[in-house]
Amino acid sequence: MLQRLAVFTGKKIIRLFLLLATVSIITFALVAMSPIDPVQSYIGADVMRVGTEQRAEIAAYWGLDKPFAERFIKWAGAMLQGDMGTSMIYRESVTKIIAERFIHSALLMAFAWSLSGVIGFAAGVVAALKRGSWIDRAITSYCYTLASTPAFWVGLLLMMVFAVWLGWLPIGLGVPAGMLAGTVTAADYIKHMILPGVTLSVVGIAPIALHTRQKLIEVMDSDYILFARARGESGASLFFRHALRNIALPAITLQFASFGELFGGAVLAEQVFSYPGLGQATVEAGLRGDVPLLMGLVLCSTLFVFTGNALADFFYQMVDPRLRLQKEAQR
Amino acid sequence: MPLLEVQQLSIAFQQYTKGSRQQMVTVMEELDLAINEGEIVAVVGASGSGKSLLAHAIMGILPANAYISGSIRYNGEQLDEAKLKSLRGSEIALVPQSVSYLNPLIRVGKQLQTNKDSIEQHSERKGLFERFRLGEHVARLFPFQLSGGMARKVLVSTAALSRTRLIIADEPTPGMHPDDVAEALKQFKQLAAEGCAVLLITHDIEAAIRIADKVAVCYAGSIIEIAPASDFSGAGNELRHPYSQALWRALPQNGFIPISGTQPSMGLGLQGCLFADRCNRAVDACKVSRQESRQIRSGIVRCMHAT
Ligand code: SF4
Repeated sequence: MLQRLAVFTGKKIIRLFLLLATVSIITFALVAMSPIDPVQSYIGADVMRVGTEQRAEIAAYWGLDKPFAERFIKWAGAMLQGDMGTSMIYRESVTKIIAERFIHSALLMAFAWSLSGVIGFAAGVVAALKRGSWIDRAITSYCYTLASTPAFWVGLLLMMVFAVWLGWLPIGLGVPAGMLAGTVTAADYIKHMILPGVTLSVVGIAPIALHTRQKLIEVMDSDYILFARARGESGASLFFRHALRNIALPAITLQFASFGELFGGAVLAEQVFSYPGLGQATVEAGLRGDVPLLMGLVLCSTLFVFTGNALADFFYQMVDPRLRLQKEAQR
Repeated sequence: MPLLEVQQLSIAFQQYTKGSRQQMVTVMEELDLAINEGEIVAVVGASGSGKSLLAHAIMGILPANAYISGSIRYNGEQLDEAKLKSLRGSEIALVPQSVSYLNPLIRVGKQLQTNKDSIEQHSERKGLFERFRLGEHVARLFPFQLSGGMARKVLVSTAALSRTRLIIADEPTPGMHPDDVAEALKQFKQLAAEGCAVLLITHDIEAAIRIADKVAVCYAGSIIEIAPASDFSGAGNELRHPYSQALWRALPQNGFIPISGTQPSMGLGLQGCLFADRCNRAVDACKVSRQESRQIRSGIVRCMHAT
C-alpha cells in the first residue's frame, strides 16, 4: 500500500511539473501576443505626462524591449529560484500578493465547496429515495435550472435581494471599507464571505445532486439491494449499510474533480462582489498585461486544479476496492 | 399442512405506455403451489416464463409497480407484509443467482451478517464456512474476488442457518461446471434432509429432477403441470401436459426434438390455452377459455386432453 502510494505520488509530481512548464510557455506566449500594451496600463492615468523616451525607459526597466524567448528564460530562471517577480500594477512582490489573496479565496472556496457538497449530496439522496414524488421533481428541476444559470447572474440576484433590498449583508469587498486592518473582526470576514460563497455553492450544488441521485437510483435498483431486502434489511439500515458507501465514493470523486469549475466560478463571483481574492486579481492582471502576476496566478491555479484532480484520482483508484485490488493483482 | 401454500397467485405490473396512459400487464396467472417441510419442489420453465417473479412475490420484494392477488400462506397463516418483515432473512431465505447480488464494496464476511443475527448466528455462520470448506481468508475477500464455485457456496451459506425453514433458490446452477452443479444440489438435498422446505427455481430440468420431489412446469406465467419428479423418465409418457412432454423430449439425451414456435410474451391478453398455437393436440375448444387445474393421477395439470 505505502509503496503504491509512493508510486502514485511520484507519477503525479512528474506530470505536474510537465503541466506547469507547458502552461507557463503557453500563457507567456499568449500574453506576448495580446494587444494589451503593458507599458500603457502601467502608466495608467499619467498618460499625458509621459513621453516616448520615458516609455522606452519603462519598457527597458521591466525588460519589455527584449525578445520573447529571452524574457521567458529570464522569468523561468527566476521562477525556478523561487522568485516570482514583482507585480507591475500593485508594485509588490507577486508571492506576497498571491499569499494574501489566496487566504481570502481559499476560505471562500472551501466554504462554497463544503456547502455545495453537503447540500448537493443530501438533495440527491432525498430525490432518489423519493423518486417520482413532488420533492424529487422539485429538486431535479431546481438543479436543471441552476445548471443553466450563469454564476454571475445568481450573484447579482443575491446581491440585489440580500444586500440592496434587505441590507442584511455587505454589498461587496472582503472587509468593511475604510476600516483599519487591525480592527477587522472575524465576524466581518465571515459576513463578507457569505454572499460570494453562497453564489459559488449554489451553482456547484446541481452537478453533485444530479449525479448522486442518478447513482443512488441505480444502487437502489441493483440486485444487491434486492438481496439485502430479501435478507430482512430495510429502511435506514438498508441505506446506511448497503447504499451509502456505494454512492459516497463517486460523489467525493466528483467533488474533487470539480476544482476547475470551482476556481472558474470564484473568478466570476469575486468579480461581482469585488471580493479581493485570486479570481479578482487574475482578471486585473489579465486585463492590464501584468505578466509576472498573471504568470504567478496561472501557475497557482493550475496547481490548485491539478491537486483536486489528483485527489479525485486517488479516491477513485486507491479507495475503491475493485480498482485497487485489480491493479494489485495485475502486478 | 404444507409449510408454504400459494393459491391463485396473480401478479400484474402497472406500466406506462405511449403518452402517459397506464396499463396493467399480467405476468403471472392463478398460480397454485404447495410445499412441505423437508420437501424439494422445483419450478422449471424457459426464461421469461415468470418463475423468478414467484420467488420475489413470496419474499415480498417485487418492485413498487407490481400488484399481486391471491393468497400466500406460511405455516397456516396469511403471509402479509408485517409477517414477512419478521420472517424475511430469518425463517425464509433467498439464495440468489449470482455474485451480483452481493454488495461489491463490502467484504464477504461482514456482508454475510445481517442485523437479524444474534451472537449465536454469528458463530453459526463461521461454522458454515468450515462446513462448506471455505477458507477463513474468504471472509476477507470482496465479492468480485470470489471464484464461481466459492461464490456459489457463499450464496448458499447465507441461507443455510438452522433458523431457516424455507429456502427459495433462484437459478442456483446457471452456467456451472457439472461438478459444481452436483455440489450445489448436494447442499440443497442436505438442507432438505435437515427439515427445510426448498423451492428450487431453475431452467435446468435435469438438475431439478435429480433432487426434487415434485416438479412444477411454468409456461407463460402459469404453472401448467405439477408432477412427481419420477414422472420425468423414459419418453415422458407419464407426463400429463403436452408442453411438459415437449420440454422433456427437447433434452439432448431424450431425442433432442425442438419445440417449434416461441413462448407468447405475457400480458397480451390471449384467450384460451396459452400453449395452443404450439400444441400438436390443440383443438378448437382449447382456444375458448383457460384450462382449469385438474388433479390427474398424483399430479396437477391444465390441459383438457391430459390423461
Ligand atoms: S389445452 Fe389444448 S392446446 Fe392446451 S395443451 Fe392441452 S391440448 Fe394443447
